[in-house]
Amino acid sequence: MEKIIKIAWRNVWRNKLRSLVVITSMVLGLWSGLFTIAMSNGINEQRVKSAIDTYLHHIQIHNPLFEYNLDINSYVEDPLQIVKELENNNLVKGFSSRIIISAMASSAHGAEGVRIIGIDSENEKQFSDISKNIVKGNYFSTIKSKPALIGQKLADNLKLDIKKKLSFTFVDDKGDLQRIKFKVEGVFKTASSIHDSGNIYVKKEDLNQLLFNNSMIHEVAVLCNNIDDSDILKGELQNSFPENKVETWKDISPELGSVQELMVWFFFIFMSIILLALSFGIANIMLMAVLERKRELGMLMSVGLNKTKIFLMILFETIFISFISLPVGIVLSYLMISYYGRVGIDLSIVSQGLESFGMNSMVYTHLPSDYYFKITILTLFVTLVSSLFPARRALKLDPAVAVRSL
Amino acid sequence: MNVIETKNISKLYKQADLEIRALDNVSVNFKQGEFTAIVGPSGSGKTTFLNSIGGLDSPTKGQVLIDNNDITKLNSNKLIDFRLKNIGFVFQSYNLIPVLTAKENVEFIMLMQGVSKTIRDKRSKELLEAVGLQEHLNRRPNQLSGGQQQRVAVARALASKPKFVLADEPTANLDSSSTSNLLDIMYRLNNDEKMTFIFSTHDQRVIDRANRIITLEDGKIISDINIK
Repeated sequence: MEKIIKIAWRNVWRNKLRSLVVITSMVLGLWSGLFTIAMSNGINEQRVKSAIDTYLHHIQIHNPLFEYNLDINSYVEDPLQIVKELENNNLVKGFSSRIIISAMASSAHGAEGVRIIGIDSENEKQFSDISKNIVKGNYFSTIKSKPALIGQKLADNLKLDIKKKLSFTFVDDKGDLQRIKFKVEGVFKTASSIHDSGNIYVKKEDLNQLLFNNSMIHEVAVLCNNIDDSDILKGELQNSFPENKVETWKDISPELGSVQELMVWFFFIFMSIILLALSFGIANIMLMAVLERKRELGMLMSVGLNKTKIFLMILFETIFISFISLPVGIVLSYLMISYYGRVGIDLSIVSQGLESFGMNSMVYTHLPSDYYFKITILTLFVTLVSSLFPARRALKLDPAVAVRSL
Repeated sequence: MNVIETKNISKLYKQADLEIRALDNVSVNFKQGEFTAIVGPSGSGKTTFLNSIGGLDSPTKGQVLIDNNDITKLNSNKLIDFRLKNIGFVFQSYNLIPVLTAKENVEFIMLMQGVSKTIRDKRSKELLEAVGLQEHLNRRPNQLSGGQQQRVAVARALASKPKFVLADEPTANLDSSSTSNLLDIMYRLNNDEKMTFIFSTHDQRVIDRANRIITLEDGKIISDINIK
């Protein structure tokens, strides 16, 4: 076996140019494939993270009727007990109680349907990313009376700027139509232009003054210490507060969760296509190597090299090619993915399109470490499969004919 | 004692509607230590005959007995094993393994036979010395001349201590000096070690050195002359 391995290794370097072409194509295939997946994965992870940090959070608690029509009177039952439970739960990193009112926002230039979100400004600063997303003005610090934070998209639609007045019309908890003016203190811009066009943040106390029941809460948003604990916490909270509806971020926005699951399949399908294309290249090169060496293979069979050893020799030659290509391709991919994972890729040229899908224009590549292991296994498997045809072809040679072939 | 005995071997090839009889009821015996040249015009069946007694090709009918064992009855794997243990091959185009050195080429057969490293090392050096290549042990085939490559091929053929050596036109690609050199080596091995050599050849220089000449024509033996 030692000699067979030695011959196979030296055979790889008999035609250096040809072997290097195969190795280079494998390296480029792995590199481009892994980088593309890391980019897609990075975009998706940022999309999920951005959605979670900005508006989705890990868990949301509502009145079961609230989500259907945003009815102002469908408030969270037993909010004080919920707060107490969350304060004492080890899985919880933080939470925010909010008032949410469906309203019509109007300026001198138009009107838009929006959700007014009443928040505890200090707590929200710690809890969500909204304070970090301010691109103009301030986060509840300069305007004392009824300040509001509006999204960039809404500001553009209603031609609003900071310190401009904005009117809200909504039906209060007694069923009366109310109209109230707020002043724009800050403009925020998140990765999702949809969120930016339909949500306005105000102080919870400003909304409380307008409502008959001034202790009502429409939403309790929760962040876990670990995103993977979302389902466990959901179960615990749902058991403790069965009259409310507890949902994880995947329940609320299933498309985000399913995209993550789809990414795994995307990875395998995409890499399989690349590797399948490469496997034809490998099979072709190995077949050429076999056909060029017919006389030599015929001689080996004549002098007593059995079919298993001939088969193994061709197999080893192919494996050696992948043993050289794999580490080079994976290390190159890892370095590039790590670099752009730190520095990021600026796609601001297509930022509008990306934002409409809730994606950042700065993409940070990321590939979970187990993907490198999976791709190694997948590549070795494809390499082995691609060597079967040339190896079988070698076995079919008639030594008496092959030994005299040109 | 007969080393090889063929009994009425025939070989038919079919090409489209044409039937070619490459061997036609050939019966012949070879004794230990013979230095035999198989001669005849192209297409007379020399190579088919060598392939048949070497187990590379199976005759359509008849028996090939090596030490009284009929090799036509062996399956493919047993034939490979049989060739490894019993036959040394020398080919017209040398057919050395290009990625191995001269010594490694000679060792290769012994390695497949499971011979220990020490013995492999000793015997490969001895054989290469016997063919006058002690200075070229670590050269690869592309660093050797045609004559030198064929001498390595002879050393390789003898490495497995075969019962006999089959050489298919071994001097066809060699110049006069290399041919003479190679024949001297094989003649010496034949005399000293009583190694049986069977050549197929057109080369008069080989024929002149043979102690038995078998002439084939249209797949039949037309003469079998022993020269004392």
